[in-house]
Amino acid sequence: MKILVCISNVPDTTSKINFTEGDTKFDTNGVQFVINPNDEFGLTRAMWFKEKQGATVHIATVGEASVEPTMRKALAIGADEAIRVNALPTDGFFVAEQLAHIIKDGAYDLVIAGRESIDYNGGMVPGILATLLGMNFVNSCINLEVDGNTATAVREIDGGKETLQTTLPLIIGGQKGLVEESDLKIPNMRGIMMARKKTLTVVEPIEAVKATKDTKFDKPAAKGAVKLVDSVDELVNLLHNEAKVI
Amino acid sequence: MRPDLFEAPDYYHLDDLLSEEHKLVRDAARQWVKRDVSPIIEAYAQKAEFPKQILGGLAEIGAFGPYIPEAYGGAGLDQISYGLIMQEIERGDSGVRSTASVQSSLVMYPIYTYGTEEQRKKYLPKLASGEMMGCFGLTEPNHGSNPSGMETKFKDMGDHYLLNGAKLWISNSPFADIAVVWAKNEEGRIHGLIVERGMEGFSTPETHNKWSLRASATGELIFDNVKVPKANLLPNKSGLGAPLGCLDSARYGISWGAIGAAMDCYDTALRYAKERIQFGKPIAATQLQQKKLAEMITEITKAQLLAFRLGQLKNEGKATSAQISMAKRNNVEMAITIAREARQVLGGMGITGEYSIMRHMMNLESVITYEGTHDIHLLITGADITGFPAFQ
Ligand SMILES: Cc1cc2nc3c(=O)[nH]c(=O)nc-3n(C[C@H](O)[C@H](O)[C@H](O)COP(=O)(O)OP(=O)(O)OC[C@H]3O[C@@H](n4cnc5c(N)ncnc54)[C@H](O)[C@@H]3O)c2cc1C
Repeated sequence: MKILVCISNVPDTTSKINFTEGDTKFDTNGVQFVINPNDEFGLTRAMWFKEKQGATVHIATVGEASVEPTMRKALAIGADEAIRVNALPTDGFFVAEQLAHIIKDGAYDLVIAGRESIDYNGGMVPGILATLLGMNFVNSCINLEVDGNTATAVREIDGGKETLQTTLPLIIGGQKGLVEESDLKIPNMRGIMMARKKTLTVVEPIEAVKATKDTKFDKPAAKGAVKLVDSVDELVNLLHNEAKVI
Repeated sequence: MRPDLFEAPDYYHLDDLLSEEHKLVRDAARQWVKRDVSPIIEAYAQKAEFPKQILGGLAEIGAFGPYIPEAYGGAGLDQISYGLIMQEIERGDSGVRSTASVQSSLVMYPIYTYGTEEQRKKYLPKLASGEMMGCFGLTEPNHGSNPSGMETKFKDMGDHYLLNGAKLWISNSPFADIAVVWAKNEEGRIHGLIVERGMEGFSTPETHNKWSLRASATGELIFDNVKVPKANLLPNKSGLGAPLGCLDSARYGISWGAIGAAMDCYDTALRYAKERIQFGKPIAATQLQQKKLAEMITEITKAQLLAFRLGQLKNEGKATSAQISMAKRNNVEMAITIAREARQVLGGMGITGEYSIMRHMMNLESVITYEGTHDIHLLITGADITGFPAFQ
């Protein structure tokens, strides 16, 4: 089985978020980037397929050279090869077009993307990919087993789970549940040493439209001051008379 | 203990000077410490026990012999990576870092540098994987700062050596599988010998009731007519310079490690000061606490630059012992001062095991004494710049 994990490079969740150029651009100054958490669950599941079923695992990222540390980390965790499309990933459709091109070329049986990236939360890429490539698609996937050509996927649905059967080639939009947080791998020294020798191919983007453009970002309103109260009675009183919410 | 919320300070963007691989190595160690060390270390320090279950993890993040070539099971990393790994481990606990320092610099380094090819092949891969643990015996009951006066000695008995004497304050001794022991031959010349657990007449009693490095095991090495095979002598260097060469490597690692302990204290104090309200405002808004915090970050930043530059010199093979002494002395004192100040920022909370500060502070009392005391390093700098050794 040949797997491609699509990895997005996103700010660490503890980063302080700021914008520049009249609130139209994300300020990357002092921001730490990490593997998008949904993609990391997917990568870790891909490592499971590699260990248990002998799968080959490639990763692909659309991004400029600054994303390579994140890709190198994925290689250190155990991916076999990496492909970087040298372009700014500013639009979901554009990113999907680039990845679709790579997937066609690489004849992958299984493509694991994250349900959404935690920076822009677009959540479009895996769906568009499936459409562009005419592949089967399961979104919000929380478990995946593959037996020969048959895949059994579990999806999160409102208040419960849904188990689906489908065939390869398949694209999933993965999330926590594919593996648990405690299964995530810290690259070990052997992995880091081996990552040095693994191929990271850089390809130029294909012609594709950027269907959207960011015009403005707004941060959520700053949190108000916190008032600490000593008793439940006082709390009820304040909620009733001051905040007038009960 | 509280959850580990550590965020590393990098006031002068030192990260820009690091390679991608440095950062990958550092971040892996950082993540591992958060996951596997922080949640358990306080309990082990309280009960004065070394957490043996982390040995496998230490090996995985490359804490055992990071700069030993890959052919012998090491990671073949540079000296800055080694320093960064020590920094991250000591951010968790100086005792855990001590175990790593001893294994890498005091056991693997002499076997790699002064040993035969057979010795390298026999011991290094197992030491790198943590399957075998080592300790280093130099200090004796009557000879600490002045190891050249050592009394432990060995005699050539034809087909083996006969070793007699005792070593004190030996990190890892209670559980180590092998000991690199420094002893004098009949002519009074210092040599290194590999002594293995199980050799008759060799025992390793533990030193109890320490108030410092409680999560690290310390003990004695006692040699009562121990028969050591001739193949266990490290042949390629003798004299005091041989153990001192190991100490250079360990002291270099400590100069980075101390930064880790200081960062943890600073980060904890900064967070606490911003959250703790007294007289109606965060204590971080008072000038006195700002003075403490501002001085801490200044000293940490200076120490980082000192260690980084020393790392470059080490990579180029140009770092002198005296330069290493300066960094060890400066950075450990920096850390212990920050630990004491940070503890006060936390008020009464600072003395509890809820926070790591008091544990760091007590640990650093050992760190400022071992691997050459604070005084001895000053005398080394003094001798280096004036040309007059003032040890005696
Ligand atoms: C927890 C712990 C772990 C250790 N692990 C190891 C280990 O793994 N292997 C090992 O071999 N050793 C180890 N040591 C020993 C350590 O290296 C020694 O404690 C250290 O070298 C100091 O020796 P000492 O304790 O005998 O003190 P001393 O040498 O007796 O010094 C006492 C005081 O006198 C001062 N002093 C000494 N000489 C002079 C001088 N000429 N001028 C001015 N002042 C002077 C010292 O600075 C110090 O303040 C460890 C120690 C500790 C506490």
